[in-house]
Amino acid sequence: MIDMHLPILLIVVPLVSAPLCVLLRQKTLVWAFASLVCVASLGLASMLLIRVLEEGVISYAIGGWIAPWGIEYRVDTINAYVLLLVSIIAAVLMFFALPSVVDEVSGKQHYLFYTAYLLCLTGLMGIAITGDAFNVFVFLEISSLSSYTLIAMGRDRRALTASYQYLIMGTLGATFIVIGIGLMYMMTGTLNMFDLSQRLPPMFETRTAMVAFAFLTVGMLIKLAMFPLHMWLPNAYCYAPSLVTAFLAATATKVSIYVFLRFTFTVWGAEFVFEKLNLDIFLIPLSLIGIYVTSLSAIYQTNIKRLLAYSSVAQIGYMMLGIGFVSVTGLTGGIVHLFNHALMKAALFLAAGCVVLRLGSSNLADWKGLGRRMPVTMAAFVLAGLSLIGVPLTVGFISKWYLILAALEAGWWPIALLALLSSLLAVVYVWRVVEVAYFQKADDDSKIKEAPLMMQISMWGLTGATLYFGIQTDLTVNVAQRAAGLLIGVTP
Amino acid sequence: MSGSTAILVSIALPLLGMPFIALASRSPNVREAIGLIAAVLTFGTVLSLLPSVMDGAQPAAHVTDVMSGLSLAFKVEPLGMIFALIASGLWIVTTVYAIGYMRGHHEENQTRFFVFFAFAISAALGVAFARNMFTLFIFYEVLTLSTYPLVTHHRSKEAMRAGRIYMGILMSTSVGFLLLGMVWTWQLTGTLEFAPGGILTGKASEGIVIVLLGLYTFGTGKAALMPFHRWLPAAMVAPTPVSALLHAVAVVKAGVFTIMKVVIYLFGTELLSGAGLSEWLTYIAGFTILVGSLVAMTKDNLKARLAYSTISQLSYIVLGASLANDLGVLGGSMHIVTHAFGKITLFFCAGAILVALHKTEISDMKGIGRQMPFTMFAFLIGSLSIIGIPPFAGAWSKWYLVLAAIEAHRYVAAGVLLMSSLLNVLYLLPIPIYAFFATATNDHHADGLHEAPLACVLPLLFTAAGCLVLYIYPDPVLHLLLMIGGAMP
Repeated sequence: MIDMHLPILLIVVPLVSAPLCVLLRQKTLVWAFASLVCVASLGLASMLLIRVLEEGVISYAIGGWIAPWGIEYRVDTINAYVLLLVSIIAAVLMFFALPSVVDEVSGKQHYLFYTAYLLCLTGLMGIAITGDAFNVFVFLEISSLSSYTLIAMGRDRRALTASYQYLIMGTLGATFIVIGIGLMYMMTGTLNMFDLSQRLPPMFETRTAMVAFAFLTVGMLIKLAMFPLHMWLPNAYCYAPSLVTAFLAATATKVSIYVFLRFTFTVWGAEFVFEKLNLDIFLIPLSLIGIYVTSLSAIYQTNIKRLLAYSSVAQIGYMMLGIGFVSVTGLTGGIVHLFNHALMKAALFLAAGCVVLRLGSSNLADWKGLGRRMPVTMAAFVLAGLSLIGVPLTVGFISKWYLILAALEAGWWPIALLALLSSLLAVVYVWRVVEVAYFQKADDDSKIKEAPLMMQISMWGLTGATLYFGIQTDLTVNVAQRAAGLLIGVTP
Repeated sequence: MSGSTAILVSIALPLLGMPFIALASRSPNVREAIGLIAAVLTFGTVLSLLPSVMDGAQPAAHVTDVMSGLSLAFKVEPLGMIFALIASGLWIVTTVYAIGYMRGHHEENQTRFFVFFAFAISAALGVAFARNMFTLFIFYEVLTLSTYPLVTHHRSKEAMRAGRIYMGILMSTSVGFLLLGMVWTWQLTGTLEFAPGGILTGKASEGIVIVLLGLYTFGTGKAALMPFHRWLPAAMVAPTPVSALLHAVAVVKAGVFTIMKVVIYLFGTELLSGAGLSEWLTYIAGFTILVGSLVAMTKDNLKARLAYSTISQLSYIVLGASLANDLGVLGGSMHIVTHAFGKITLFFCAGAILVALHKTEISDMKGIGRQMPFTMFAFLIGSLSIIGIPPFAGAWSKWYLVLAAIEAHRYVAAGVLLMSSLLNVLYLLPIPIYAFFATATNDHHADGLHEAPLACVLPLLFTAAGCLVLYIYPDPVLHLLLMIGGAMP
């Protein structure tokens, strides 16, 4: 019974639980309830991935209305992988949530916080699971609206402007997407993705198709924070509560990238996008420029959370670069990096969150001497930072390996070299933090305690995962390879 | 203990020692006893592999497949065996020395020092035993990272700046070139396994082979080939035991060892020598040898002079590899051993002088032979070995290298080697000579014995004696080295 309805349960459970949070006003109680829901989602998502790997594509008709008339949830390797990623992050972060939210969110808003958190989770999972283009938009709005709320709950009053900025840009992106989807519907009379992929090819020559594609793509690129459409991201990540930053950094942009993959490869098809419209000619240089520009910006930041945010934009560049190669290896690199980067960036933001809890500041200048004052937290920060650089035995290395290999396979060795050299910029911005924390003496050398155990569990869980998946790549690489094969249309 | 267990145990032992060393931080005696025990056990384990390797076996161990076809795996071949023996054996000696030095010099944070030291040794052994380029690269990078806290041990502005140069050069060369070369090799051949005769034959055009060789040799920044040598003098801000074991033996030898392995087992000497594809490298190495020696002459700081001398000497080994014939491989590999003993002796002496007399500049060292006769005598022996004068070990490696250069008809290389010996005489020998025969300028308590602690002096006498023993009895080393490339002696 559960097996049959896995896809819908994955959405319904958090969706129904979200309003229930409002009823539980006690801080710990509402946290416990939300945690339970996240763990349940993780269980459901894992079961779903296992089923997909065993049986292949699962199609679920909502309410028994068969597609293309009804809404279809369609799960294959790639979105099962994304669903697992989102639910893992959501569940692991819940340990961190209890002390961190108490510290950073006003006491009266706790139940609202967890409501928004679960709604955001629902939205992200919904985007990933649905096989219906309009449904993507609906869930996108659910996740976006709840994340505007979450960001606005930050302690700093600038969180409000950051949230507003994100609201404007996010709405712009969503509007573009809905215009694109509307045009597609106008041309074909269907909203089901699979059906669209069948009906679109005859329209490829029309200007409407081009316009629809353009709107849709720009909208998606805004949502996934592709350079130069990333301006909303640094402020949003910087002023949001630490937990929210870690959650959004690890999931929101990743799910948007999934949407991009789904529309470009499944709905429009690689042939149209890359051979007819040559999107890669624009994607690859833009990714590389983005990597360099935003990495350089990261180097000059004085706030750690903002530094990490710029680094996120740069890392998105790597993922888009991998996608731009339009080969199985390149896509594998991009998809693996999507997973790997989620782990390491969440770990880094959590480490920053631990420091914020104790110091109340994420300004680099206040991090002097932290290597001595909070050795455990800083150790996690350094390890996850090494992963960001792409040192062997960490996940970052695995991603880098596939991206470079893809560039060389395509015969583009200058791109391989440029991508490698860009990772040296990551050395610089990670090392800037290391030097401040370990080489400079703190102005106020009073003793501070390490972060509470609950937060350490989340942080070290993710840091450990960046090391584990750097050595054991069975899950990450194999699944990514299968997903890449599916998208390109070759079965490995 | 079976071969594969011994391999894993020898790499794990230093790592296992780390937490215990850290836990014993309050009691220096216990801490150092643990360090010493870990070192002895590690060396014993490495040594237990020797008999079977001598008999031509190649014990192997497989840890895991990181990506399909790319495994974390180990295999002991003769060259790796030698390197592992040197790194782990000299670790014991250096631990004893470090105890005397760190206490005598009142260094801070000694626990952190011993912990990361153990980490670095484990990484060096991983490099030595690596079965494929992939594994080697992993440990190569770990070695860079684990030595960073040692280089920046003093946490001063100067240490921080040195650390930047250290990380900057080693990281950018390994990421920018070595990794690129490795992925490229993988893309061309579908394997990164070290195989006798190489894996690239027939898989890459001559042009690509030359580019790849460039990526590998310049990518291995630890070999300090010019123009990527600046990190080595910078690393001298570290405490002397670090300079002695890591920046004269483990780290730099890991670099030239990598180049040797790549030349022998990835390219294959035949591929390179056939069309003279590695000839350009001979000239780069020759250039580094001469310029390194010339710069060394200008340095008054003893450690800085020794650092440039190391840069120059490392290129002997690269030069041996670039000749791509059996004698070159033999001479180069032999030089890994002989230079290790000679240079570690010199660094030990430099540290002993610092501890006993607080002197770092060569111009202040006139007449110190009367206060530190044992130390300066050892310094003389080390110098003679580096120069390559019999009856000291350095003579062997230089002999084979010159023979190899003649065999390859690269007479310029032979000339460079001879010229370099002359330069070595000029920048090394004056130090002991002035120490013994000149009178101290303005030292009021210049008479009377004033040696460093016994824990410092004994190790340096030991390694100096090693220089002599290796000359008289080089047979085991030669036996092993002749087996390189899968050939039986």
